Amino acid sequence: MTQLGESRQSALAEMPRREFLKLTVTLSGGLLIGFHFPASGEETTKVFAPNAFVRIGRDELVTVIVNHSEMGQGIYTALPTILADELDADWTKVRFQSAPVDPVYNHPAFGTQATGGSSSTWASFDQFRKAGAMARAMLIAAAAQQWGVEAASCRTENGNVIHGASNQRLSYGQLAEKAAGLAPPQQVTLKEPKDYKLIGKPLKRLDTSEKTNGKAIFGIDVHTPGMLVAVVARSPVFGGKVVKFDATEAMKIAGVCKVVQVPSGVAVIAERFWPAKMGREKLNITWDEGPMANFSTESQRKQYMEMAGQAGLVARKEGDAASALASAAKKVRAAYEVPYLSHAMMEPLNCTVDLRGDHCEIWTGTQFQTIDRAAAAEVAGLKPEQVKIHTTFLGGGFGRRANPVSDFVREAVHVAKAAGAPVKVMWTREDDMHGGYYRPMYYHAVEGGVDAQGNPLVWFHHIVGQSIAAGTPFAAMMVKDGIDGTSVEGAADLPYAIPNIRVESHETKNGVPVLWLRSVGHTHTAFVTETFVDELAALGGKDPVALRRTLLAQSPRNLGVLELVAEKSGWGKPMPAGRGRGVAVHASFQSFNAQVAEVSVDSGGNVRVHRVVCAVDCGRYVNPNIIEAQMESGIIFGLSAALYGELTFNKGRLQQDNFDDYPVVKMDASPAIEVHIVQNNEKSGGIGEVGVPCIAPAVANAIFAATGKRVRKLPIRMSEVV
Amino acid sequence: MTSFNLNGKPVSVEVDPSTPLLWVIRESLGLTGTKFGCGMALCGACTVHLEGEAIRSCITSLSEVAGKRVTTIEGLSPDLTHPLQRAWIELDVPQCGYCQSGQLMSAAALLKETANPSDEVIDKAMSGNICRCGTYPRIRRAIHRAAEMAAKGGAQ
Repeated sequence: MTQLGESRQSALAEMPRREFLKLTVTLSGGLLIGFHFPASGEETTKVFAPNAFVRIGRDELVTVIVNHSEMGQGIYTALPTILADELDADWTKVRFQSAPVDPVYNHPAFGTQATGGSSSTWASFDQFRKAGAMARAMLIAAAAQQWGVEAASCRTENGNVIHGASNQRLSYGQLAEKAAGLAPPQQVTLKEPKDYKLIGKPLKRLDTSEKTNGKAIFGIDVHTPGMLVAVVARSPVFGGKVVKFDATEAMKIAGVCKVVQVPSGVAVIAERFWPAKMGREKLNITWDEGPMANFSTESQRKQYMEMAGQAGLVARKEGDAASALASAAKKVRAAYEVPYLSHAMMEPLNCTVDLRGDHCEIWTGTQFQTIDRAAAAEVAGLKPEQVKIHTTFLGGGFGRRANPVSDFVREAVHVAKAAGAPVKVMWTREDDMHGGYYRPMYYHAVEGGVDAQGNPLVWFHHIVGQSIAAGTPFAAMMVKDGIDGTSVEGAADLPYAIPNIRVESHETKNGVPVLWLRSVGHTHTAFVTETFVDELAALGGKDPVALRRTLLAQSPRNLGVLELVAEKSGWGKPMPAGRGRGVAVHASFQSFNAQVAEVSVDSGGNVRVHRVVCAVDCGRYVNPNIIEAQMESGIIFGLSAALYGELTFNKGRLQQDNFDDYPVVKMDASPAIEVHIVQNNEKSGGIGEVGVPCIAPAVANAIFAATGKRVRKLPIRMSEVV
Repeated sequence: MTSFNLNGKPVSVEVDPSTPLLWVIRESLGLTGTKFGCGMALCGACTVHLEGEAIRSCITSLSEVAGKRVTTIEGLSPDLTHPLQRAWIELDVPQCGYCQSGQLMSAAALLKETANPSDEVIDKAMSGNICRCGTYPRIRRAIHRAAEMAAKGGAQ
């Protein structure tokens, strides 16, 4: 099926303006994909741009336009790999470029241009294969025409079209101009997996050099001519408003240009960052602190505990948990707590805006291009099409730069309206930490029991906390029957074969803005489910791996990673005195992970994680080098939360400011990590978030093995274990 | 006017001398490889060399470097040939990459002092540099690898 229609070229930023045909092609996979094609050969001589995702120049360079943001997860390498494989490109000639905002670059599963949910590779896999295959078919057609042979008699290899019978060969660069004048094919044939040359290989990342010599440009590095720099004084309490402010002293700082009120507070606009920051320190602002003025973590905690004792909304029901508890031979009850967490990306938030009469240009590291563009347009009083977003490298994202309300972009456009010049709004570390959109605080109460043989009989689980999606446009997709899927994911889908399971959700509301943080609900549910199943093992006198093995008999991929990690970690074998081994297994983002941590606790209560063995099954994969890096990354990210991460409030004020009171894992606390990847042909799952969930419970279970004490609260403090 | 030597070249800037060196390098001199992470010498993203020693440029004022030699990531090598850069590339160390300039500058100062550091020495020298992507295992391996390369004659 082919649909033809006209659309104005907007997708390829540096391409000459020309008419494109929009073609929708149905391929054997059944997926409909929209591509922009050149309508004629006019002005297409410089570069072969067969669709929105690839360009090939006469210089042989293959530029892959990537519609997902690079925040460390390696997507600027993974998606070019996929395209280049179908194209049979010379990998040394492949480059990447970040995509502008355009519907053609929408996430195939989400419908907006976005990066999140550990979904970029699997969601774009077929799209990038087809884009590469189309380019290849057109290059073959160009060569066949030139040689006067059948296209079917030509083959491609490493950036060349080859006609074996006549011993002729033309490079893609040599063919680019001719291919640009050809009509695109309506159908393409994709490779069989056995024929992949790049997919599945441990290729090096394409962005390493520029991240090794300081040349990579992050949002914070953007400089535009005449640009000013601003910092914003925001309310010390969420929801607070400016009553009045006095900028007299601030304006005396050399370099301060303007002080203006914006919806989020008071912006100090200066020639450079330092005078802006100095100026802000001189502001005198009176705040109406609003209803959160007396908010405290302590009172919130009490409220959550009370709610956990009430009936919630049922997220999972198997058998009859209440009756089963009454008949269990042995029972255990546990309450778990996890605090608010900051994403604390190394690059604090920032956004540069050049707002002119009829257009707006934005440079920022964002995970949400479409949503941010709409927000910017709304603030600027423009149409989304009049707003251009340049996605820079992201100095970490972890979900913070995927904000449904576009807080940092919206604010920057407000500042730009007042600045009257291009302006970069910078957040200090303290601003970033105080800026909200945290991983919510949660309270879990779990009760379980085993039968006379020690086999788990019942699991009754209450989860109390704020909904991330409620009140955002994502609620329609994520909240079902009043339950936010992100609050209960990883618990409601507990994989263990226990006859009586009940999971209840209790949604709380307060004025602390919350957001997804790397692995979202799994950040807390896995900690609870995987430590509680360990408690059931101990209650029934079973080995933690043996019990999981029994309960996962019908869950082959969970079982697979469990067996692999048990084998590779030497489960059950002797260890140095004082060390304990803990296991956790957890599926998230359509992938499966198990980890074994080796831990010791010294007499001062200091927890040391010596070694982590990790087994991951993410189905068919693109790059094992990146998978290994992402598992190391997830483990260390999760370990920071397990050992240190905690945000607390008193009198409405956040009590942490910077890395001194919100510490994270550094080199000296970083364990040795071994990653083992399961080889199979299952459907591809995610990888960027998958390593996070298991580490906290694996460490907690290892502490139990080493000390006999149960960790039920994060971050882990040996003074609080039971 | 404050003058100092930046990556082998004399530079002069007309900025309040109490301004942290980080912002002078980034904004007044336009070298953005040195990063801002915390502003309090807690994360190491802003690490540069002052007279060959690793310092945190976010808490070092411009006046403190007057007349002295400062080296940033842009001056570590002109062409990615420093053994650490070669090792970083060989082991694919960076993820988001934001902290890596600081990691490299700390590691370069370490290798200058200790040609073949043990894990313990690396842990001690590198634990002022935060990486939220968790590239620590690869950084550790890459420092060992760079030490090896340097010993084989790859030293700059």
